[in-house]
Amino acid sequence: MKEFIYFAFKNTKFKIGLAILLFFLILAIIGPYVSHYKDPLEYVSMSNLPPSRENWLGTTTFGQDVFTQFVYGLRSTFFIGLFGGGLATIIGLLIGFIAGYKGGLLDDLLMMLTNILIVIPTLALLIIIAAYLPYRGIGIQSVIIGLTAWPWTARAVRAQTLSLRSREFVNLAKITALRPLKIVLEEIAPNMMSYVVMVFILQFAGAILAAVGLDFIGLGPTKGISLGLMLQYSTLWNAIQLGIWWWFIPPGLAITMIVSSLYFLNIGLDEIFNPRLREE
Amino acid sequence: MIKAKDLTKVFNSGLLLSKNIITAVDEVNFEIGRGEILALVGESGSGKSTIGKMMLKLLKPSGGQILLEDKDIFSISNNKEFYSRVQGIFQDPYSSFNPIFKVNRIFKLVRQSFKKEISISEWNDRVEEVLKKVGLNAGDVLNKYIHQLSGGQLQRLLIARALLMDVEVLVADEITSMLDASTRVDVLEALLSLKEIGASILFVTHDLSQAYYISDKIVVLYKGSVVESGSIEKVFSNPMHPYTRMLLDSIPQLDRKWEEDRISVEDFDKSRAAWKEGLCKYIDRCSLADVNCMRPKLKLVEEDHYVACVKI
Amino acid sequence: MVEIKGLKIYYKTLRGDAKALDDVTFTINDREILGIAGESGCGKSTLGNSLILLKPPMKYVSGEVRLNGERLPIDNTVEMRKYRYKKIYLIPQYAMDALNPTRKIGGIIKDLVGQHRVKYEEIEGRLHERLRMVKLPKDILNMYPFELSGGMKQRLVLVISTLLNPDLLIADEVTSALDVSSQKAVSLMFKEFRDREIVNSIIFITHDIAVLYQIADRIVIMYAGKVVEIGPTEEIMANPLHPYTKALIKSLPNAGIRHTKEKLEGIPGHPPNLINPPAGCRFRDRCPLADENCLEEPPLAEINKGQYVACWKVKDL
Repeated sequence: MKEFIYFAFKNTKFKIGLAILLFFLILAIIGPYVSHYKDPLEYVSMSNLPPSRENWLGTTTFGQDVFTQFVYGLRSTFFIGLFGGGLATIIGLLIGFIAGYKGGLLDDLLMMLTNILIVIPTLALLIIIAAYLPYRGIGIQSVIIGLTAWPWTARAVRAQTLSLRSREFVNLAKITALRPLKIVLEEIAPNMMSYVVMVFILQFAGAILAAVGLDFIGLGPTKGISLGLMLQYSTLWNAIQLGIWWWFIPPGLAITMIVSSLYFLNIGLDEIFNPRLREE
Repeated sequence: MIKAKDLTKVFNSGLLLSKNIITAVDEVNFEIGRGEILALVGESGSGKSTIGKMMLKLLKPSGGQILLEDKDIFSISNNKEFYSRVQGIFQDPYSSFNPIFKVNRIFKLVRQSFKKEISISEWNDRVEEVLKKVGLNAGDVLNKYIHQLSGGQLQRLLIARALLMDVEVLVADEITSMLDASTRVDVLEALLSLKEIGASILFVTHDLSQAYYISDKIVVLYKGSVVESGSIEKVFSNPMHPYTRMLLDSIPQLDRKWEEDRISVEDFDKSRAAWKEGLCKYIDRCSLADVNCMRPKLKLVEEDHYVACVKI
Repeated sequence: MVEIKGLKIYYKTLRGDAKALDDVTFTINDREILGIAGESGCGKSTLGNSLILLKPPMKYVSGEVRLNGERLPIDNTVEMRKYRYKKIYLIPQYAMDALNPTRKIGGIIKDLVGQHRVKYEEIEGRLHERLRMVKLPKDILNMYPFELSGGMKQRLVLVISTLLNPDLLIADEVTSALDVSSQKAVSLMFKEFRDREIVNSIIFITHDIAVLYQIADRIVIMYAGKVVEIGPTEEIMANPLHPYTKALIKSLPNAGIRHTKEKLEGIPGHPPNLINPPAGCRFRDRCPLADENCLEEPPLAEINKGQYVACWKVKDL
């Protein structure tokens, strides 16, 4: 652990990624408290005002405060990343562990399911599911994303479990009469911690992007606000053509930066965990 | 104590249409008595590790039985009961420990699984005591991670684990092959101390010198079949099967040089020639064999000495 | 003839340099098989690798290596390219598993000689002759590596490695992963290649002294990055002088010894940490004879003719 922290804070990619992510995270947490307005959808001012002291990031065509929308949108984005990405990670881990450790028929069946989900175009599936839901909140959106994003994780976890399963310490655990669940959770899983962390980060980024994609084509939450919805509304009301840059630049930039920071973190962690990449 | 009866293991590989059947272990019989060490000797691919895995219930046999005091071990459904009597040590000491935990975890798990009734402090005293028996100092080794210890120390920790459990049967699968000569001896000695308290040990090895040093009985395997078995003194002083002789001939000795004109290499054409059911498996490398050497049965040649060769 | 003088090779680590080879000096004579033995971590493999390809974290510190009087640029991996394979070659421990599994063996050989700007046609006759010598049929050139057994692969590697008749062949633990029968066959084939002057000299690195006794002319015993004893094979085996050599030979179970008749002895303790090795003799902590004299480093001195030992106590024996 000490070694991990030592290398983590020597790694520039990790530090940059962490700094950007923390910046947006803190903004999402404290933003709603410092903004002048409580409801991001409330009409509070004149329309299309540029940034000012009253409206820090200006207002929309409807006179809503862009800063308030932005910070609430950040919250939804982190929520979707955490829950959507988290759900995908957990399902992927579970299926990967079971398939890899148990093997045999169960493995064949689970991998068949996984491969079928991989070949179905995810976006098309998301559109169909989203279109059939009369009411869509951010929670439901995360669940839909989580339920469709796990197959790659499951495959990778299965491969890792297979290779760890053949190590002698697993055999030693078996002849110590440990239960299979205990072997998976206490012997195999801890050896994949670094991998699990990285998978989660990638799923986090993937979930954010998937949500933005859904929002943008109009299948986002029917209630509330998100960065993707901000982008959709701004293009819908010709913000780009009218030069209302304060409406679409903040959400667009934030999404780009959050996702990039996650990739930076991922690459950084890879270098930290993998001693061969560490030695430059 | 423990007995293998017509033990057979067949591996199926390939898809449904192109079946590829490998008989890794072919009707092997042996018995290890209390306080006895039996050496299971053979080259890589002879099936010796597969036998070890089956004795530890890590693999299911395709045929035959393993009897622990006349009871089929696969009918013992209580794993705790079985593994408190039968234990194993594997070839690679580094891979036998989970790299993210300290090595004392193996002892903690043993207490949790088998000896819950013993208090932690008493358990720790016992651990210290058995470590002394295998020549280790508890303070030097217990609180360490694997990369801080040598292979010999790790392998002795595993023997200490078996000592601690008072096992009746120990499967030692090539436990010295990854160790340096200077520490190998300590591991062999630790194994002998286990034998002294009455354990039956299956010593799987490809090193005939070590087999002779430590064992009472020997089983020589070739491609899954027993070619020669019996008391170690008899097999070593009077090897009868051409394969056993070739093996003994190949040992690099410290006082006798190899006979250079007698090297045995696979005869490529013979081994690639179509495998005919019912022929002796050693036919491709045998100097005595002719084309119709049939699959021989083990037969008694003298007391406590069995050979499977039709030329004898 | 290969002369190694005062060679120091360190490994860069986070906690400082590990002195894997510390002031190693010896020569390999023409038409000689020189065995190098020692426990894991004694520097024997580092020695072999450093003569071929000095890869980071290995670091050249000082010393020189001369091949027939010519200084080898072992600290310059680019310059070394001229010598590698043609004059001096290394068979690493897992060479037999490193053959490209997707190429036929003939193709692998064509690629290899091509990389060294040698026409395959020029060496084809020689290749066939050598395969006969190691008792492999010509047909294997049309086969894939996985179709061969371990012993066959190792014999093939011997042929491939010596196609250009190198002056020095370094074999690093080439028989360790083989079964006894293949071990014997492969070891004796190395000897035959030397006898037939296909290679001039061989460095045979192994942890198994019994194999060295079978084929080596002289043996170098290494301990913790230092040479502790050099001598003719028969002398080393019959009359080892350094306490470490003695203990090492005593710890080997020879066929024909049973625990009921004779107890083998291990060597208590461990080799020292090479990042910060103790001053003086490095075997000091494990040596039954050590005293305050051993705080100073013993030089490698000729005790009997051709037998060099680095130990202060050797005269008292």
